[in-house]
Amino acid sequence: MDQIFDVFLLEAVLNGILLGGLLALLALGLNLIFGVIDVVWICYAELIMVGMYMIWWMHSGLGLPLALAFVLSIAFVAALGAAMHHFIVRPVLTAEPINQLLVTGGVLFFLQAAATVVFGVEFRNIGVRLPGISIGDMNLSLARLIAFAVAIAAIAATYLFLTRTYVGTAIRAISQDRAIMPLMGVNPSRIYLVTSALGGALAGLAGCLLVLQYDIHPAIGLSFGPITFLICVMGGLGNLIGGFLAAFVFAQFISVGGFMLQLEWGYVLAFLFFIGVMFWKPEGLFARRR
Amino acid sequence: MLRVAGVSAGYGSFQALFDVSLEVNAGEAVAVIGPNGAGKTTLLRVISRLIEPRSGDLQMEGRRYNDAAAHEVIGLGIAQVPEGRRLFPRLTVEDNLRMGAFTPAARAQYGQRLEFVYDLFPKMKERRGQLAGTMSGGEQQMCAIGRALMSGPKLLLLDEPSAGLAPVIVQSIFALMKRIRAQGFTVLIVEQNIQQVLKVVDRAYLLETGRIRQSGPAAELLASDEIRRAYLGV
Repeated sequence: MDQIFDVFLLEAVLNGILLGGLLALLALGLNLIFGVIDVVWICYAELIMVGMYMIWWMHSGLGLPLALAFVLSIAFVAALGAAMHHFIVRPVLTAEPINQLLVTGGVLFFLQAAATVVFGVEFRNIGVRLPGISIGDMNLSLARLIAFAVAIAAIAATYLFLTRTYVGTAIRAISQDRAIMPLMGVNPSRIYLVTSALGGALAGLAGCLLVLQYDIHPAIGLSFGPITFLICVMGGLGNLIGGFLAAFVFAQFISVGGFMLQLEWGYVLAFLFFIGVMFWKPEGLFARRR
Repeated sequence: MLRVAGVSAGYGSFQALFDVSLEVNAGEAVAVIGPNGAGKTTLLRVISRLIEPRSGDLQMEGRRYNDAAAHEVIGLGIAQVPEGRRLFPRLTVEDNLRMGAFTPAARAQYGQRLEFVYDLFPKMKERRGQLAGTMSGGEQQMCAIGRALMSGPKLLLLDEPSAGLAPVIVQSIFALMKRIRAQGFTVLIVEQNIQQVLKVVDRAYLLETGRIRQSGPAAELLASDEIRRAYLGV
């Protein structure tokens, strides 16, 4: 009896790690944009929702191969991210933070409503059901394993981009001293645009991974947006490494907590832990910036 | 090489520069000296196109560049070491230097110039992996100058390189100026430390309340009664 309990606990821990990788990818995009541009995109998860609908429309509607639909949707959401910056964020760059939140929050409702008008409220899926994998007594989902591997690879690629390239170095530098960037020959507006497009591309990629696991509906962003935001706050807003670690901590609460009690209790525990952290360290677990 | 002709500039209703003209010839080191608030930093900001002059002309190697964007100025061969050094504190020394070589033309020569900067400042090579914000003021000044040199500039603008540094370090900064001159760079330096700076430059302009009051060879200004009385306390 004892032994079976341990195997299921191990399964919960492993599932938590898999979920953590995906949440870390979500947090990275939001954190990157905030860390560089200093504006929180409240509507970040809605970009993911748009990406998921794009895939569904191109694959199930137009009959494009899934891989092509993935690539096109990542490119589309990247362009959407750049447009988001150019048309929505840039005009309010110097405005009060509350106004910035209201504007990006407005985009959240706009995208939700637009998706409802265009696609309806029905749950959609792309009709791909990946098999499970059994290891001993444990059952793991192949879709989750793929999502984890791709998310970690994308995070590693982003890390290399930020540390090994000129543009990546400029993205890290601009958050430390924007005013002197022109003296380096850097056009700050372009770096903001590149960062927003990169954040969008990461959202597009997250859409590809989520569409393999979840049905699509106009409000699906609400399943991930708040969690992503809390993870970023818990890791110290704008701190990429803090967000990465916080995603795994949060995922373990959800997964192991849900296993010990009930699924919903995992979320309750995770949010209780978040509230506790906010009392104990309001600047976030891994705060370093500011 | 650089010609500034009849520049007036200011912020809002405040006018900081009145009809300022100056010239820097290739191979020269020129100083703009003057008290705090004279408009020296504003002048460099105009030259780097960080602020728009109200009137006047900017020319680099005979080419008018009044319409260039701020980030295009470095492509003309003008690099600035800003006041207070302004390194990226949470980037390593080497990443700071890499930022200096951001323009496509500079990237092609990155390895070569990095070696040049490390030869000039061996200490920066030792500290290459250190976060720039954790270094001493003098070391940060070396890194800031190195960062500007990474673009391979024809003209180096230095804004108050001795400001905020301990007297001993100030000495070494001016020794550094001499070494940079010896490398053949053309230099325009803005400085409050008049006695020291006049020893390392060829010519100087005295800027007071936004107007050029006096100009000439450094030795002449150093000997001028007016400057000795007003600024050197002799």
